[in-house]
Amino acid sequence: MTMAETKKTDPNEKPRIGVYVCHCGSNIGGFVDVPSVAEYAKTLPDVVYATDNLYTCAEDGLTSIREGIRKHNLNRVVVASCTPRTHAPLFQTTCESAGLNKYLFTFVNIREHCSWVHMKEKEKATLKARDLIKMGVARARLLMPQEEEKVDVEPTGLVIGGGVSGMTAALSLADMGFPVHLVEKEGELGGFVRNLNNLYVTEKSATETIKPLIEKVKASKNVKLHLNSQVKSVEGFIGNYDVVMASKGAEDIKTKVGTIVVATGALEFVPEGLYGYNQYPNIVTLTEFEILCKKKSLPSLKNVAFIQCVGSRGQKVSYCSRICCNVAIKNAINIVDNYENMLGLAEKNGTIIDTVPVEKKVPDEILERRRRRRGRERGEEGEAEEVKLGPSEKIEVTVFNRDVMAYGVEHELTYNKAREHRVKFVRYTPENPPKVFMEGNQLMVSYFHETLKLDRSMPVDMVVLSTPMVPQLDTREMSQMLKVPQGQDGWFLEAHVKLRPVDFATDGIYVCGTCKGPADITEAATQAAAAASRAAIPMAKGYVQAEALTSVVDDIKCSGCGTCIQVCPYGAMRKNDKGLAETIVAACKGCGCCGATCPEMAITMTNYTDAQLLAEAKATLEEV
Amino acid sequence: MSSEAQPQTTAHATGVKEPDPKILVFCCNWCSYAGADLAGVSRLQMPPYFRTIRVMCSARVDPEFVLRAFQRGADGVLVAGCHPADCHYIGGNYRTRRRIALLKMLIQQFGFDPDRLRLEWVSAGEGEKFQKTIIEFTNTIKELGPSPMARGDE
Repeated sequence: MTMAETKKTDPNEKPRIGVYVCHCGSNIGGFVDVPSVAEYAKTLPDVVYATDNLYTCAEDGLTSIREGIRKHNLNRVVVASCTPRTHAPLFQTTCESAGLNKYLFTFVNIREHCSWVHMKEKEKATLKARDLIKMGVARARLLMPQEEEKVDVEPTGLVIGGGVSGMTAALSLADMGFPVHLVEKEGELGGFVRNLNNLYVTEKSATETIKPLIEKVKASKNVKLHLNSQVKSVEGFIGNYDVVMASKGAEDIKTKVGTIVVATGALEFVPEGLYGYNQYPNIVTLTEFEILCKKKSLPSLKNVAFIQCVGSRGQKVSYCSRICCNVAIKNAINIVDNYENMLGLAEKNGTIIDTVPVEKKVPDEILERRRRRRGRERGEEGEAEEVKLGPSEKIEVTVFNRDVMAYGVEHELTYNKAREHRVKFVRYTPENPPKVFMEGNQLMVSYFHETLKLDRSMPVDMVVLSTPMVPQLDTREMSQMLKVPQGQDGWFLEAHVKLRPVDFATDGIYVCGTCKGPADITEAATQAAAAASRAAIPMAKGYVQAEALTSVVDDIKCSGCGTCIQVCPYGAMRKNDKGLAETIVAACKGCGCCGATCPEMAITMTNYTDAQLLAEAKATLEEV
Repeated sequence: MSSEAQPQTTAHATGVKEPDPKILVFCCNWCSYAGADLAGVSRLQMPPYFRTIRVMCSARVDPEFVLRAFQRGADGVLVAGCHPADCHYIGGNYRTRRRIALLKMLIQQFGFDPDRLRLEWVSAGEGEKFQKTIIEFTNTIKELGPSPMARGDE
C-alpha cells in the first residue's frame, strides 16, 4: 500500500460521512445490538456509508475504512468503538493513509462509556449507542481539516530518581546516545534497594547486585548526575521542557530537556499502632528486618513470626503489595537455613533493637514518639529476658498469612522450598488476625488456627510485619508539577494499564518502577528499559507534530476587552498593535478557557468549536 | 407539577409513565473522561441515561452550552473536571467552579432547580467516583422529574 497524498478537502464540499461500528468481539456486540446501530447510522444526515466490524482496529477493519474512503469518496469518518484515549491515533493514521486529513475523523465511545457500564440493559445500551453515534455524526459534519505544526524535540532526557529504575532508564537513554540528567535527592545512588540484605531468586547481596549498575551510571559520559538534588520546577511541553534543579548548597541549575522519565520510587508503610509495633521490643517491619540482617545486628532468635498483609489488602491501603510474600519467604528460608552465616551473632544474644534504621522515611513526630515510647518501655519493663540459645539450635519460623501470593515460576518453587525447610505457614482471616502481646517479659503471638478451629498462642523472639509499599510523600507535589495524574491509592497513573503501561497521558513524560505501584527489582528494571525506549522515540525522531488544538481570534468580532488575556493560564493571549486579542500559537495548549470566556464569541477552538460541541448536545436532546 | 405534554417515552418502555431522563455530561479529557473510561474498564454498572461530551478542559464549557442544553430539554447537566490543584491546564477548573456557581443562580431564575446542574471532580483514577456520581445525579434528576421545558411549563 502506498501512502496517498492528503486530499485537499474543500470546507464547502458537502460532508460524505462513513460510520464504522465495532463489535469489539463481544465486548460491545454482547451488550449492544451492533448491526441495528449500524443500520440506524445509515439514516443519519450526510451519512453515505455505514457498516459494522468484528474488530475495527484489526487489519480488515482498518482496510474497510481505507476502502470506504476511496470507494464512497468519504470526507468524514466516524468510528464507534472504544476510547479515543487509546485508539484515536490508530484510526487517524488510517484515515491519513487513505488521504483523509486526520482532523476529519470522529471517535465515538460505545464501549467504556456504554456497553461495559450498561451490561444488563441491552435495549437501553443500544439506544444510547445510537444516540452517541448521532452526536458523533453531528460533530463530524462540522469538522474542518487542520494542519499541524512541527515542533523540534531537544534530544536530552531527564530522569527523576536514582534507584534501580532511574539508573536503568538513564543508562538506557545514555547508551542510545542521548545526554541525560539523572536527579537523585539522596547523596548516593541505589534508592530503596540500599536497605536490602539479599535478593530473592538469586540470593545475592543487594549491594553487590546493584554495584555494577551504579558504576556504569557513574562512568557513562552521557549521564550528568545530580546528587542531593531535586527538580524544583518543570515548564513547557514535549520536546521543550525548561527544568530547574535545586541542589543542596549550590545554585539552581536550569536546563532544557525533551522528555522526562519519572522513577521516584516508593516508601514502606509504617505500621504505627498495629501488632504492637513501637509498643513492644523486637517488632520490626520487613525492611527494618532486612537492614538488621544487612548490619548483622539481629538479636538471638529461636522463634520468629512473620505477619503478612499488615495494613494492606483493605486495611490501611486497598491493594496487595505484591512483593512481600516472596520477601518474607526468602527471609524465612534465610533464618532457617543460613542462620549462622547470616547473623554471626552469638555475641549479640539478647540485644533489643533500639535504633530505627529507616529514619529518613519516618516523619519527625513519629520518630519522636517512637523514641519516647522506647524509653518508657525500657524504664518500666527493663530489657527482655535474655534468650539463651545458640545458633545451632532449632529455629521456628511461622508465617501468618491471608493467602500466599507466590506467583510465577521461581516464587512457587521458593515457597515449596520454604515448606520443605519446615517454615510453618498459618492462615488467618481478616476478621480474626493474630494478636501480639507481652506476657511478663515474653513476647507472644496468639492466633486462631483456621484448620483446627482452636485458639493458640506461642512465645516469639521477634515479629516481622510485612507492610505494603506506599507512594512517596511528595508524589502529589510531583504530580502537580508535572501535570500527571495519580490513581486512587496515590500511585502515579499510567496512560493505559495494558497498552501504554509506561507512558503518562501527557506526551513526553514516562513512568517506571515503584512510583507507579509495588514492583520488585526485575519488574522495575523491565519497566525502566521500556520507559527509556518510549522516551527515546520523539528524541530520535527529532520532532513531534503539535496537535492542531489552539484558539483562533476573529478580528472582526473581537472588541479588545482583554478578558481572554486575564483567564489564559499560559499567557498565550496578547493584544496586537490594533488593540485586539491574538493567540501565541506556540504557547497555547488548547484548553479552551478563553473560548468559553469571550463575551463576543470571537474565539474559536480548533477542532472543538462551539458549533461542534453544541451540535453534539443538540443531537442527543432533540426528539427522535 | 403539570403532567401535560409528556415527552415520548422510549419505545420499549411502553406502559411506564415516567420518561427516561436526559442527562448531558461534559467531561474534561484528562481527568474525568479517563475516570469514566476506568469505570468502563472496571465494568462498574450505572444508569444508561447520560450522554458524554468530551472537552479538553472543564473550563471549555461555555455557559451557553449549559443554557442551550436546558433550553433544548435536558433534564440535568453534569460538568466533571479535575480535582482542585490537579487541573491539566493549571487552573481551568477554578474558573469552572465559579462559573457553575453563577450558572446555578441563573438557571434558578429561569425556573430550573439548581440541582439540575452539578459540578463534580473526578480524577483519572476515580472510576468508582464516576459511577457514584452518575447514580446519584440520575436519582436526583428522577426525583426532580422532567425538565420544566419538557413539561411545557414555560
